[in-house]
Amino acid sequence: MSEKKKDELLNDHNHDGVDRRGFLKCMAWAGTGAFCVMKGGVLNSYSLSRISEIGTADMMGELSFVQISDSHMGFNKPANPDVAGTLKAAVDKINGLSAAPEFMLHTGDISHLSKPEEFDTVDQILKSATPKDVFYVPGEHDVLNDDGKQFLERYGKGSKGAGWYSFEKKGVHFIGLVNVMNLKAGGLGTLGHDQLEWLEDDVKHLKHSTPIVVFAHIPLWSVYPEWGWGTDDSAQALAYLKKFGSVTVLNGHIHQTMQKVEGNVTFHTAASTAFPQPAPGKADSPGPMKVPAEQLKSVLGITDVNYIQGKHALAVVDSSLA
Amino acid sequence: MRRTVFIAGLAAALVLGTLGFGAGQKSHVANAQEKMLTMEVKIDNFSFGPVTLTVPVGTTVTWVNRDDIPHTVVSTDDSKTFKSKVLDTDEKFSFTFSKAGTYPYFCSIHPKMTGKVIVQ
Repeated sequence: MSEKKKDELLNDHNHDGVDRRGFLKCMAWAGTGAFCVMKGGVLNSYSLSRISEIGTADMMGELSFVQISDSHMGFNKPANPDVAGTLKAAVDKINGLSAAPEFMLHTGDISHLSKPEEFDTVDQILKSATPKDVFYVPGEHDVLNDDGKQFLERYGKGSKGAGWYSFEKKGVHFIGLVNVMNLKAGGLGTLGHDQLEWLEDDVKHLKHSTPIVVFAHIPLWSVYPEWGWGTDDSAQALAYLKKFGSVTVLNGHIHQTMQKVEGNVTFHTAASTAFPQPAPGKADSPGPMKVPAEQLKSVLGITDVNYIQGKHALAVVDSSLA
Repeated sequence: MRRTVFIAGLAAALVLGTLGFGAGQKSHVANAQEKMLTMEVKIDNFSFGPVTLTVPVGTTVTWVNRDDIPHTVVSTDDSKTFKSKVLDTDEKFSFTFSKAGTYPYFCSIHPKMTGKVIVQ
């Protein structure tokens, strides 16, 4: 469900011939189950029911991966008494994609209470997903009680500090950031000095044409500060990425899809696989939002991302579990 | 009705006082006093209620999580006076304030949630 109000086009630095209005219209459709494919710089949309008509070659970008988020394993309240079941449904959805994703990103809140058995259950369920490699960044629910030690042991091999790292896939540079540690009273998410220094250094020698994908739990743009939906020092991080022609920021935390395009940067948040949360300001607090049981799967989802070498923007498509 | 309750309460205190006489009257009177100095802060809808709680020295404050999401209670003063573990729904955390002062705190999971205990 795209927040059309928040989409802002400030400038069109890309000059890649993408019809911006078409892009936004397509992203709006995506929330209701459309599928957008970038072809020759133009986004074509297809409703999911027509997916079988699209040739595999058309659908396959050169790089395809999936983002899931906020599985909250261990949550068992009325908003969703079976988060394991809905995570399994997400895996089924992933396995049903006609262009098999190469790997998955999990943008945090893997567990609900940082309990070992909760992490174990998620690992178990994700084992049956076709993409075998999963890259994680922690959510605030994953670093309770132990300052994130358990998260690092399980998912932080090769990472720095509280678990930040980068890697390359088919010429795309991926950066996993941690913005859920050392949160200050009254504050938002925070990256911190050490991580920002590392980020500056990490991208310093990359060519401006390298597509960048940044993934972190809390949104790196100011979605709704009143509810803590933002990161207090993300502007500094984005400044280090200003030189790149294509930056895609993938976040979670808010349990709903939202996007914003600002120059070369496309911000996108994923739905949760566990429970939805209210739109900004539409409730007293950002807690789990109850919906009629038969509607639950339609407000949970996965995000499929495709990149075609040579093109600028990545095609980011949300689909619900319904 | 109130007078009856008062008299009953007084009688109970006297009984408790005499029972504890052998063990040291002072400590038991202190216990009875402490028992009365218990205040509750309810955590619900991503907020502490009341946000500011003013209590006398010696009060035990108990935070109860009535929200459907876990929260923590972590003091933000220089000495980091208290820090709860993660409280899931219906879990509690208690702290006895033996020194006067102002004790700001927050939820370390949802840092926008802040509160204050003023001990006088």
